[in-house]
Amino acid sequence: MTTVASPSVYDGTGGDGFDPMGHVADRETLDLSHKVILYLEDINVSFDGFKALKNLSLAIDAGELRCIIGPNGAGKTTMMDVITGKTRPDSGKAFFGQTIDLTRLSEPEIAHVGIGRKFQKPTIFEHHTAFENLELAMKTDKRVWRSLFAHLRDEDHDRIAATLSQIGLGDQADRQAGLLSHGQKQWLEIGMLLMQEPRLLLLDEPVAGMTDDETMKTAELFLSLAGKHSLVVVEHDMAFIEKLGGKVTVLHEGSVLTEGSLATVQNDQRVIEVYLGR
Amino acid sequence: MLKTLLALCLSACALSALAAPDPALVRQLADADSSQKVAAIQKLAQTADPATPRILKAMAEDGLYLAGDKVLIMEGDKAFDAASGTPVKAPENAEAVMVNNRIRGELANALAALSLFDADPAVRLAAAQKLQNDASAELAPVLARALSQEKDDKVKALLQLAHAQANLRNPDPAARVAAIKALAGSSSPVIKSALLPLMNKANEADENVRLAAGAAVKEIDARLSRAEMVGQVFSGLSLGSILLLGALGLAITYGVMGVINMAHGELLMVGAYSAYAVQSFFRAHFPGAVDWYLLAAVPVGFFSAALVGVIMERTVIRWLYGRTLETLLATWGLSLVLIQAARVAFGAQNVEVANPSWMSGGIELLPNLILPWNRIIIIAFALFVLALVWVLMNKTRLGMFVRAVTQNRQMASCVGVPTSRIDTLAFALGAGIAGLGGVALSQISNVGPDMGQGYIVDSFMVVVLGGVGQLAGAVWAALGLGVVTKLLEGWAGAVIAKIAVLVFIIIFIQKRPQGLFALKGRFVE
Amino acid sequence: MHTPITLRLLSSLDRKSSITLAFFLLATLVVIPALHIFVPAESSLSVSTYAITLIGKIMCYAIVAVAMDLIWGYGGILSLGHGIFFALGGYAFGMYLMRQIGQDGSYHSNLPDFMVFLDWKQLPWYWSGSDSLVWVAALVILLPAVVAFIFGFFAFRSRIKGVYFSIITQALTYAAMLLFFRNETGFGGNNGFTDFKRIMGYSITSSETRLVLFGLTALMLAATFVFAKWLVGSKYGRVLTAIRDAESRVMFIGYNPLWFKLFIWTVSAVLCGIAGALYVPQVGIINPSEMSVANSIEIAIWVAVGGRGTLIGPIIGAFVVNLAKSWFTVSFPEYWLFFLGLLFIIVTLLLPHGLVGLWKKLMNKQGAA
Repeated sequence: MTTVASPSVYDGTGGDGFDPMGHVADRETLDLSHKVILYLEDINVSFDGFKALKNLSLAIDAGELRCIIGPNGAGKTTMMDVITGKTRPDSGKAFFGQTIDLTRLSEPEIAHVGIGRKFQKPTIFEHHTAFENLELAMKTDKRVWRSLFAHLRDEDHDRIAATLSQIGLGDQADRQAGLLSHGQKQWLEIGMLLMQEPRLLLLDEPVAGMTDDETMKTAELFLSLAGKHSLVVVEHDMAFIEKLGGKVTVLHEGSVLTEGSLATVQNDQRVIEVYLGR
Repeated sequence: MLKTLLALCLSACALSALAAPDPALVRQLADADSSQKVAAIQKLAQTADPATPRILKAMAEDGLYLAGDKVLIMEGDKAFDAASGTPVKAPENAEAVMVNNRIRGELANALAALSLFDADPAVRLAAAQKLQNDASAELAPVLARALSQEKDDKVKALLQLAHAQANLRNPDPAARVAAIKALAGSSSPVIKSALLPLMNKANEADENVRLAAGAAVKEIDARLSRAEMVGQVFSGLSLGSILLLGALGLAITYGVMGVINMAHGELLMVGAYSAYAVQSFFRAHFPGAVDWYLLAAVPVGFFSAALVGVIMERTVIRWLYGRTLETLLATWGLSLVLIQAARVAFGAQNVEVANPSWMSGGIELLPNLILPWNRIIIIAFALFVLALVWVLMNKTRLGMFVRAVTQNRQMASCVGVPTSRIDTLAFALGAGIAGLGGVALSQISNVGPDMGQGYIVDSFMVVVLGGVGQLAGAVWAALGLGVVTKLLEGWAGAVIAKIAVLVFIIIFIQKRPQGLFALKGRFVE
Repeated sequence: MHTPITLRLLSSLDRKSSITLAFFLLATLVVIPALHIFVPAESSLSVSTYAITLIGKIMCYAIVAVAMDLIWGYGGILSLGHGIFFALGGYAFGMYLMRQIGQDGSYHSNLPDFMVFLDWKQLPWYWSGSDSLVWVAALVILLPAVVAFIFGFFAFRSRIKGVYFSIITQALTYAAMLLFFRNETGFGGNNGFTDFKRIMGYSITSSETRLVLFGLTALMLAATFVFAKWLVGSKYGRVLTAIRDAESRVMFIGYNPLWFKLFIWTVSAVLCGIAGALYVPQVGIINPSEMSVANSIEIAIWVAVGGRGTLIGPIIGAFVVNLAKSWFTVSFPEYWLFFLGLLFIIVTLLLPHGLVGLWKKLMNKQGAA
């Protein structure tokens, strides 16, 4: 059973450096020499004739906090599917940094190169405790053999505990995740993303179902992450987007309608048409 | 056949007064040497004397006796002089003429050759058919004569073939070539084996004849293999239609409820036992109409299986909604209960369900290709059920609801589709179709408590291959699987064929995990 | 990191499990053999040969049940084809037992009787080495492992899951059964292997041999339990249940579910193979019906009855269902299928967590009252 090894996993040396293992290292070294962390060009995706993405092009800078808005069916979720390897585009390029071709990697491989994703519907391991959820997400060697003999070091315990209090679940460590409230689940999922230490976070409606207070706390959390990480946030909550304050991209019918600050975008006639209907 | 013999006998009796076959030949019939007997039979057949059939028939029935120098025909306790046909006193010391198998064969051929001159075209046709496979060279003159007199086209065509066969040993090479060319149009394996020796130098000296035989065999081979192919495709279609009947119901229940019904095979069994019960009922109460029991069995099979389906859905399946793996196990439990119930009710042995007389026999396309009626009718029946399901699903309100629930249960529920009632109805429909499949199955295979188990794996394979909830997928997958299985069977045997098909499906699913006709898009997990 | 593996395995047991395990080993390795040997047959305490064989057989089933629980209860993957792995282990060991018959078969040939019957002149290539216990023991492990690995690799790689996977495994075991039914396959066709005489030169029917096999089976069951306990308590076990609950989340945090599923699938198959190898000498026969679809589904019901997602549950389930089966088939043979069928229905409808779940519920109620 020693053959059980996924083609791309960390060798466990971990740390801050980006150090994916062995034979595929070149393909997976994140190259930020042009300041761009994510680069989509002319992406097309269609399902049974329905064009979900049409010549979508988008660039996210390293450390940027980008918000993406758009009416239902604009292609926001499909775009995330393409970036994370769930959906293969019919045509187009998707690069992480300068060198990593996302269209050729599988979901776990993409997670390893440093992209974390939060789903629209909070997706956590309901039968595990909050602590275990974070433990599983923690950046480490994720091969079968390693996980058989893995045990947590003291510093791992400390990190998990720190993240738990960062997401406001410090006293819920041993609670079954399925028993948490909706907002707590959302945070737990964000916490799992943080444990992965990703370079780019994709967050699909992170504050849906949260109270205003929780929403503002989330916004502060995201703002503190920006710079060190790059964030792409899909949201409908305009107050939340306003609080985040970054550049806003409007998607419509599978391509970018316009980009700019929230105020510019909100005054754009086309955006108003798209949202209000013609 | 009986009729033919009777006619032969009558015509022989009527003509007996005028009859005068060569007495020397008649005497030779009773010769001690078999070869002499054969020669005499052949010569008598060639003269085609009207009295001859009576003599030969008596000989074939061990009614020919030798008393001193006279050959006698014994009919019961009456005796006739064979040569003249006149009644004589039965002598004490008559000895039966010994007839062995070789002679019996000759007699049968000679009698057939003689009945080629019968007045009744049906008798002549039967005789010509009989001579198709073993017309010996000695019969050639008789056949030629019969051919020159024959008016009926059908008989004539057969006679030509028989004549050509008889001519294969004609001393004249040109006649042999002509005969071979005439036979090249045949598609009978027997004629092919008659031609094969002529390709060999040891048996055939003439080069032209050998070449002609070679060409003719090739032509026949081509036709034979085409016939075999057609036969395999046909039995494949017939298997496919059974699979289709099994899979249509599954496709509906799985499509609507995402439920794998492991008891589906037992619903087939319910349908088959319904056919058996209806048959028994007809035998007991309407023996005159027993041939038509099958027509009554169709609705009975549908509704009994549907009823069982409703009970299953209401008592078990609906409580497991969304827990597909558990449903699988629970329905397996249901199938065990149904099997045992059938054992208790009808016994563990297979029961006998007879084909109605109008379903026996078949269409003979070629000598080695007969399409049995029961299989043809089942294919037609499957198409009929398919059409019915299509209309039901596409043209009725129920169908619209069912499709709505298949696509998006929550949305359907929101717009007022009574989803739980639709579940029950859809399940009943799926079960009923399985019941129809069972009625069809009762006509071509054993009906027993375990019969459903044999079909369940195949039915699932159809659904898996075709894609979930897709009628078109189920149709193509069923027919395709049926035909491929049968073609492979002809080539590699049944077990290997089955394994090959299963392996193929496993590999196929690698490429298209959602089946042939899959739904795509963001709603698919 | 350098503690011996056995110690590390044992340390994964909690106190309750350790006590249970100790009692189990005491009963199977000391008490039952002693009762069998020393207590006269007429005593009510005596343990008959029949009972030894029956319990030995059920312990084999219990190993299979734990293996099934690992893949189904913890991995969420319902296999309807585990019979194939059990049978492969059984057939592999059966080859050895057939060779041990030597020339004592009906035809007094060096070849097994069925080969003489088929007019074969020599052993097929895949029988070579089958007279060596070491090689056969390796086969018992390798054969199920290789078959499971190859099949699992392709199935999991194309992300076949849920009922689809169940149906495909069902087809797999069905195909294997058809293959083994053929005489030409070289495993005795319909009749399979039977009429064994010896194992390592000892008579297979002697009391001592039976007790040794019984003891080995008990040890194997105990080892399986401890190993499974360790496995599900490891981080691997947590990833496995995570895959069961939310596979896509597992992928997006960087685990490749393919290898995790494939590992447990292969381990489960190997455990089944070992159980099959222990089963054959005790029961004295192996034939293709072990690969029937019905047999494989029955394994699932043992697990469901006991309670899946626990490790003691499947063992209890295997014992309860199979003891019921041997009681029914003797006393009310015509009702067995009704009972089994209803068991399937009732357990899935009313006892989703099996007997263990029921027990916990009752204890909780008592505790609350």
